[in-house]
Amino acid sequence: MTAFRVAESGRVRHDRPVEFQFDGRSYQGLEGDTLASALLANGVHLLGRSFKYHRPRGILTAGSEEPNALVGTRRGPGRYEPNTRATVQEIWDGLQAESQNRYPKLSFDLGAINDRLYMLFSAGFYYKTFMWPRSFWERVYEPLIRRAAGLGKAPQEPDPDHYAERHLHTDILVVGGGPAGLSAARSAAKSGARVVLVDESAEMGGHLLSEPGLVIDGQPAWDWLAGMLEELRELGVRVMSRTTAIGYYHQNFLALCERLSDHLKEAPADLPRERLWQVRAGQVVLAQGALEKPLVFDGNDRPGVMLAGAAQTYLHRYGVRAGDRHVVATSHDSAWHAAFDLSDAGSRVEAIVDTRANPSDALREAARDRGIRVLSGHTVTGTSGRLRVNAVRVNPVHDGSVGPAETLGCDSLLMSGGWTPSLHLFSHTKGTLRWDDESDAFLPDQQAEACHIAGAGRGLWGVEAVLQDGDLRGAEAAEAAGHKPESGAFQVENDRTGSGETHRELPSDRKPGRARAFVDYQNDVTAKDIRLAVREGMKSIEHVKRYTTNGMATDQGKLSNMNGLMIAADAVGKAPPQVGLTTFRPPYTPTTFGAFAGYHRGDHFEVVRKTPIDSWAEENGAVFEPVSQWRRAWYFPRQGEDMEAAVARECLATRKSLGIFDASTLGKIEIAGPDAVEFMNRMYTNPWTKLAPGRCRYGLLLGEDGFIRDDGVIGRLSDDLFHVTTTTGGAARVLTMMEDYLQTEWPDLNVWLTSTTEQWATIALNGPNARRVLEPFVEGQDLSPEAFVHMSVAECRVAGFPARLFRLSFTGELSFEINVPARYGRALWEKLYEAGQQYDVCPYGTETMHVLRAEKGFIIVGQDTDGTVTPDDAGMSWAVGKKKTDFVGMRSLSRPDLVAPGRKQLVGLLTEDGSVRLDEGAQVVADPNQSVPMAMIGHVSSSYHSATLGRSIALALLKDGRNLKGQEVYVPLPSGLHKARVTDTVFYDPEGERLKV
Amino acid sequence: MLLIHCPYCDEDLPELEFTYAGEAHIDRPADPASLDDEAWRNYLFIRSNVKGPHYERWRHNHGCARFFNAVRDTVSDRFLTTYRVGEPRPDLESLIGKEGRE
Repeated sequence: MTAFRVAESGRVRHDRPVEFQFDGRSYQGLEGDTLASALLANGVHLLGRSFKYHRPRGILTAGSEEPNALVGTRRGPGRYEPNTRATVQEIWDGLQAESQNRYPKLSFDLGAINDRLYMLFSAGFYYKTFMWPRSFWERVYEPLIRRAAGLGKAPQEPDPDHYAERHLHTDILVVGGGPAGLSAARSAAKSGARVVLVDESAEMGGHLLSEPGLVIDGQPAWDWLAGMLEELRELGVRVMSRTTAIGYYHQNFLALCERLSDHLKEAPADLPRERLWQVRAGQVVLAQGALEKPLVFDGNDRPGVMLAGAAQTYLHRYGVRAGDRHVVATSHDSAWHAAFDLSDAGSRVEAIVDTRANPSDALREAARDRGIRVLSGHTVTGTSGRLRVNAVRVNPVHDGSVGPAETLGCDSLLMSGGWTPSLHLFSHTKGTLRWDDESDAFLPDQQAEACHIAGAGRGLWGVEAVLQDGDLRGAEAAEAAGHKPESGAFQVENDRTGSGETHRELPSDRKPGRARAFVDYQNDVTAKDIRLAVREGMKSIEHVKRYTTNGMATDQGKLSNMNGLMIAADAVGKAPPQVGLTTFRPPYTPTTFGAFAGYHRGDHFEVVRKTPIDSWAEENGAVFEPVSQWRRAWYFPRQGEDMEAAVARECLATRKSLGIFDASTLGKIEIAGPDAVEFMNRMYTNPWTKLAPGRCRYGLLLGEDGFIRDDGVIGRLSDDLFHVTTTTGGAARVLTMMEDYLQTEWPDLNVWLTSTTEQWATIALNGPNARRVLEPFVEGQDLSPEAFVHMSVAECRVAGFPARLFRLSFTGELSFEINVPARYGRALWEKLYEAGQQYDVCPYGTETMHVLRAEKGFIIVGQDTDGTVTPDDAGMSWAVGKKKTDFVGMRSLSRPDLVAPGRKQLVGLLTEDGSVRLDEGAQVVADPNQSVPMAMIGHVSSSYHSATLGRSIALALLKDGRNLKGQEVYVPLPSGLHKARVTDTVFYDPEGERLKV
Repeated sequence: MLLIHCPYCDEDLPELEFTYAGEAHIDRPADPASLDDEAWRNYLFIRSNVKGPHYERWRHNHGCARFFNAVRDTVSDRFLTTYRVGEPRPDLESLIGKEGRE
């Protein structure tokens, strides 16, 4: 047995030893230990180095609020977890843990030089020290600071674990499995309500696990606990351990994180590591207890300094003494009991140092019985010991003046600065707090959600009072949930009720500027820092917090917020409630990204939409690109081709003979009804009344602000039926916009809108031979140039499939778009592809489509427009119906800004050197010799190498662009300065001769 | 996550099914051409941006796909009521009074 283990004590299994490693050294613990309790049992107190000063740090608490004892744990590749709280991590055979933020080793850390230079690292030192020279911040100071500061290192490998998500609905959720939570769950369940009880710890019981000497209803506390849990099981309460309520949101929606495998030596492969529960509860009972506060004095962070309540937990729950020789420093009765229990377990308690002048006679007597020296009305003014405390310096205080010092030798200093009701989740709901003078604490005031706070969270003290309160709150919650309340009574013997007082930093006879009295251990914030912040003008607690970073570490100020407030209030010269508390925010404790991501990772991260022809593209070697949520064939490389070569071949083949393209992702909306044409007139810029059935037209859609939102070819199939196409990415947006106008502005119009994007597979045949290959397949429509003119649409049959056939062109070539029901898409594609072999048909992807359209100056909405481009800016005034009196966005087109000269207009750009392809997004300047920063006149929106033209082409939005035609502009790029001529947007076949095939 | 009552489905459903759609009761002018620049600007861009009960539009886009109106308190994020398109603005006094009694 290890030196500090107490025989037969605690809830650990003394018959089941567990081997684990810390910093490469092997240790033995027991089943049921946390890493912290197992290390303490081995006399190890030094666990890490602090964030900023690299000070040696030990174990301060026994729970999830631990700010100091953060370690890295490893369980195989990708399973390195930094900043694991040793006080929470359960040990298992083979667990490997290591200390953090130290170099070369924990006991000798070069970074500790920071501690000697602490005068430099005061509050706000970032803002003061690294001001000059300015350029050094990004290149020198910040990287250095980032390396020196900080805690654990993130793992580099992908996380091999998986994480699950669940939803849960319940009448009542009880958060906290201590005495209040247990009694609340029981009374609620007895009334017939569905109850869920969660606790972050490995087992239920809370404070009862740390105080086995209690006798409840005539039974020893742990027997009573076992009976209680059995009763809850019989009542059907869902009891969830290792489950943290991390956030409390609107309408009683809570997030729980359940940890399933981190405590297991070997987890089943199908077991998720964690499970995120999203709970909607009718009523919530918050029974989160209270957190013990540290006392603030010089050297209160040395390893071996621990909260007294934590020492009591280590003793009773884990059977471990926190040392051999203790000094207890306290302002609260509770620490006296920890001293007594340790003394009874065989430890030596050198002294109880109480800041209060008159602790109760009962306590003094109990101390005297155990031979413990009592120093009342004393302060703590320092500690010594390099890697572990070896002495405490204490002084008497009389009428505010600090007397002569005395040094007490020890190997363990236990402290208690009183208790803070834990109201984090309540605070998440915007529940307000009020200051309670009697308990010197904030207690719940106005609530914003249907919740009930039970036990120590309401400032109650003593197990009987807490049990009774839990029982009542549970009944109250059940009644609010519509059940008949049931409540019971409890009798507790040996109950240790008590009280205490709250301090700012303790008085000292030493220079306060030299004191290293820590308020926020994790962020290395001292009392001096908080006073400095106030001196430098931070009067609001929110400013103090941000300037000093007090309470901003991963422990969320669980230990530091109240001490920080007491000191700030004193410095500002106001009462604590006037200074107020900063807001607690979710998550309650650090939560893995995995838990939040859940199933949404890898292939499940986002939906991938595939067209009916996608499988053919994949079989034929397509390279894909994501377009909104679609996966689209980008290009079809042949053996040895790179993208450039493939795209050049595809472009030339299409212009020369025949290209085939999967356009199925085009958004499609069917607009039907007697008022369809009226609706079209109101939505689109173009006139639709005179468009005859069987014809189609390019439509331009604006926002009400007059800027281009979407475009597409629209066919009129009959008087009351339009087949609208939209951009691939714009389909949902356009339908939403149309629905909005139809439902809310023009509900009188008799029109139906239906998304048909996925109903149709769309195949585009482009090239001079397009008609030749298609014609034999078509029944019910004469395809001759006279009978089926450019911009026509027909319902017919293609290869026997019902089809909507369009003659239109997005390439400048003779072109047909064949829509068939999606299930026939691949079959039709294969027939056309086979028939096209005689014309060397070339399947092409989105890149070739982009090049071909750019050669013709056709815009892509969202690429050549950016939400500030009007039809005129894009050179498309021809698409705006001149005789129309209204359409969406029309009024805006005459707004002063939109008719003002000097707007950016779409133009073509031809580089002087045709082999240079400009970068899309590159800025354009008129004069390359001007000084930096240059006046930018616009940017390149599209840029490609055109195989057809044997040179590069580009589209750009340039200020007053159309007036610049023929002039030269400059594009500065990393590759050099490039000269380009402003041209028309149509680079190829400006007369449209090629359509007349 | 909020629960939102869709006045068409008559169900309380999770926020994920809905999207926000801006301030409510801003009618598109019947004859935009007759508006001067300032009036049109006001229609386009000027919103009330209230702190407190706000008349606003939502769409049940992963459900019935209908737009509807709501009164939501922008401070507490609590919905006071939801109602169908075309129905008049509910009276704020009675809504808040009702809320207060609950």
